[in-house]
Amino acid sequence: MTTSDNTSNLQAWAGFKGHQWQQNIDVRDFIQQNYTPYSGDDCFLAAATDRTKQLWVEVSALIEQERLKGVLDVSSNIGSSITAHKPGFINKQLELIVGLQTDAPLKRAIVPNGGLRMVEAGLQAYGYELDESVKEAFRRYRKDHNQGVFDVYSPDILACRRSGIITGLPDAYGRGRIVGDYRRAALYGVDFLIADKKREKSELDNEVFSEEVLRSREELSEQIRALQELKQMAASYGVDISSAATTAYEAVQWTYFAYLAAIKEQNGAAMSIGRISSFLDIYIERDIQAGRLNETEAQELVDDLIIKLRIVRFLRTPEYDMLFSGDPVWVTEAIGGMSEDGRTLVTRNSFRFLHSLYNLGPAPEPNLTVLWSNNMPKGFKDFCSRVSIETSAIQYESDDLMREHWGDDYAIACCVSAMRIGKQMQFFGARCNLAKTMLYAINGGIDEKSGVKVVDGFDPIESEYLDYDEVVEKFDTMMDWLATTYIKALNAIHFMHDKYHYERIEMALHDRDILRTMACGIAGLSVAADSLSAIKHATVRVIRNDEGIATDFEINGEFPAYGNNDDRVDDIAIWLVETFMQKIRKHKTYRNSVPTQSVLTITSNVVYGNKTGNTPDGRRAGEPFAPGANPMNGRDKKGFIASGASVAKLPYESALDGISWTATSSPTAFGHTLTDQVNNLSNCVDMFCHSKGFHINVNMLDRDTLLDAMEHPENYPQLTLRVSGYAVNFIKLTREQQLDVINRTFHLSF
Amino acid sequence: MSQDNTGKNSGRIEPVCVDEQGRLAGFVHSIESSSAVDGPGMRFVLFVSGCQFRCLYCHNPDTIKKRNGKIMTADQVIEEIAEYASFLRFAGGLTISGGEPLLQADFVKEIFYLAKHDYNLHTALDTQGFLAGQLEDEWFDDVDLVLLDIKHIDPDKHLALTMKPLQPTLDFARRLSDMGKKVWVRYVLLPGYSDDFDDVEKLADFVSTLDGVERVEVLPFHKMGENKWDELGYKYHLKDVQPPSPELVKRVIGQFQARSLTAC
Repeated sequence: MTTSDNTSNLQAWAGFKGHQWQQNIDVRDFIQQNYTPYSGDDCFLAAATDRTKQLWVEVSALIEQERLKGVLDVSSNIGSSITAHKPGFINKQLELIVGLQTDAPLKRAIVPNGGLRMVEAGLQAYGYELDESVKEAFRRYRKDHNQGVFDVYSPDILACRRSGIITGLPDAYGRGRIVGDYRRAALYGVDFLIADKKREKSELDNEVFSEEVLRSREELSEQIRALQELKQMAASYGVDISSAATTAYEAVQWTYFAYLAAIKEQNGAAMSIGRISSFLDIYIERDIQAGRLNETEAQELVDDLIIKLRIVRFLRTPEYDMLFSGDPVWVTEAIGGMSEDGRTLVTRNSFRFLHSLYNLGPAPEPNLTVLWSNNMPKGFKDFCSRVSIETSAIQYESDDLMREHWGDDYAIACCVSAMRIGKQMQFFGARCNLAKTMLYAINGGIDEKSGVKVVDGFDPIESEYLDYDEVVEKFDTMMDWLATTYIKALNAIHFMHDKYHYERIEMALHDRDILRTMACGIAGLSVAADSLSAIKHATVRVIRNDEGIATDFEINGEFPAYGNNDDRVDDIAIWLVETFMQKIRKHKTYRNSVPTQSVLTITSNVVYGNKTGNTPDGRRAGEPFAPGANPMNGRDKKGFIASGASVAKLPYESALDGISWTATSSPTAFGHTLTDQVNNLSNCVDMFCHSKGFHINVNMLDRDTLLDAMEHPENYPQLTLRVSGYAVNFIKLTREQQLDVINRTFHLSF
Repeated sequence: MSQDNTGKNSGRIEPVCVDEQGRLAGFVHSIESSSAVDGPGMRFVLFVSGCQFRCLYCHNPDTIKKRNGKIMTADQVIEEIAEYASFLRFAGGLTISGGEPLLQADFVKEIFYLAKHDYNLHTALDTQGFLAGQLEDEWFDDVDLVLLDIKHIDPDKHLALTMKPLQPTLDFARRLSDMGKKVWVRYVLLPGYSDDFDDVEKLADFVSTLDGVERVEVLPFHKMGENKWDELGYKYHLKDVQPPSPELVKRVIGQFQARSLTAC
């Protein structure tokens, strides 16, 4: 597309190679033509400047105030939008990169389009009241997503929500998990993007006006409007982003503005920023070559951006925070990986992003995610390992697995969900509880906790001893029922979300025609697998209460547990993953989205455990599940590599939305010296990826440190650790979650 | 627990053990697929059961009695190792620890042989060396590295700490040096028992006369094994002893480093 916009852009693009990306929006082509792979070590990195340190001190003080109050402040009188708030600053004199969600740092916006109820509950919890005008607008004139969903929910869906067999559905807030290609704003400038959206819309002028075409035309109009608002919002900070960025500073600022527009308008469950570090490196390299920028200034730009990403906030209810552990937003940035042509995508800026964890200290956000490939340069691998050992703040996902499916310009939505940037989105589906589903199979659809009949038409198992084949058969049909109900709920949610809470700006930073996935999920995998293993390899006697409901189980004999690289039970876990995926695939999904699933619980493993009775593996009622695809706490007895080998057997093809494993160790268990530790960790991650493992969180912590932090949170403001797919501030967890983390398997040898 | 105060070597290598089908077997306490603190890199560690020493600070007292282990054939052990061989080849290797591996010398030798010849793994033997005098040099052909635990340099204190004499360990250290074997010396630092400045000087002097010592590892005493003593109903003598301070650990490491030894 050669338009008049191009003339001003040509200057901005001076020195950049390639042609295709200048004609059409193609950020990947731009990166491929222009980036500089870096295979060295971390020696070149620069320390934080005094300006950075001073700004971070000011932000840290605000964060501590926020911790004590719950939320620092709320903008309760304005429904948020891209342009709703006046410009806000932390300290105007000190900030290089500007832009806040509201008019003050850490002041939270309300986003009533997602659901007024959630807004009201969130405000009430922290002692605020919703402004009458906002209330009136949504009560009388405007319907929200939440209301739309509940207008169509069926009784079986409601029963599943109540019993907790399906939890965390995004039916009362923003679904999130959509990653706009925020880089487009920097590379092309917003005018170019608007022109391109107009072109996409005009292509539909002569189509038959079907529902599909009409929806697309309306969405494109909304996208164009959102892009115009993005320009306005930037202008309110005194920055004109109509044309392409001309310097590294501008590239960072333009990219951030685009992201900022998204988080002003959407309080999505996860709001990844994408894969910006190596993109931005191209601008930094150009400026350094031209003598316009030095390493210290480059690091300063990155640190300033990271500070902004650390203070992204949404107003949530305390219940939501309980489910997800202390206020996460998943500003996920994917770093590293390989190009399809075999060059590494690691650049100096990959190092700079990770280096912010030293310059500013550890933090859970942004959610720094290393796309690990066994072919990445050793210098970068070892730097990552060192960062893990010293901060526990990063996660690893196998680029070798994902690149095969999604090419070399994908990002990670939320924790583990890969998607091609600007070309793919997902309908986030939270997760359902497989362990509880098995109990429903045993009890003929009666909930083991409440005694309520949740599912009709199923007979309970009546024998005293559980028979493996009978349990599997009944479990299988119960999974059919669950998949049916689950997909009904998700179709309802996403239909209504598109209708009432459409992500205008995020989708404006996508192509018009994209791949959509329906991202289902399962929890309780290891509990279900171990239970079936116990039934198969040991003897399990059922203990029933007066109403005849199986409420406990007596196990006689030994059984192999998932997490010891033992096929006798690992095969059961594989069977569960593949079977449930097949069942999901049978259903018609909203907007013809492609069904996928994740084996990920975030920290809802605690809540799921709470809602699930005694299970046949010996787990007691209420006891937390293992997170994600983890083996049950303490049952993986053969160490880190055996545990990882079990997890790595789960087939990615049946869980394309990601499989999460969290491994915790103390640094000293990884070697006697830092050099040993770094080398050993790099080798272990290599091994895990080589075995087709998908994701690993690495925590390097001492149990004593965690115990002390529970008692003296004020001494550990930045103590960070990984749970499933993201990092948390340890001191923001509930006590129950803290204990769960401490009780999780520490792989220690001594 | 018998005590040997004569200073004579009364320990014996156990006779060859076979399972009911006549296959070479041994008593195994546990298997760890990936330890990073038992030799170079990531190690598959076979902990065999049975030990003649009764170290006060033993952190695996459940491995002292051979019969606390379960019987495994050498082939079964190798099968488990095979699962991880490709990883171990680039990331580390096999370590046999215990208990005291030399107590079951035939079993251990066979596993080293198979690991070396069938899987080309780096092999390490973690031992206090008490029984080594009863083995021919050839026994060590398939051992790449010896992790030699010297519990104390003073004979009387060694006896008090382990209930066995020191000399066989020192003899073995000298012999390894003569054989040209690579050695990591491991020294548990126990406040009040093995932290005396002059003792450490003596030990460091001795170690610096040996060839082939690649590293000295000073292992700070820790309390993580304490509950095992209680569970086993053994009397634990170190309830009131605390782990050494970082300063103390640093001092002791420094004493080795002062003799140009690599210590950590």
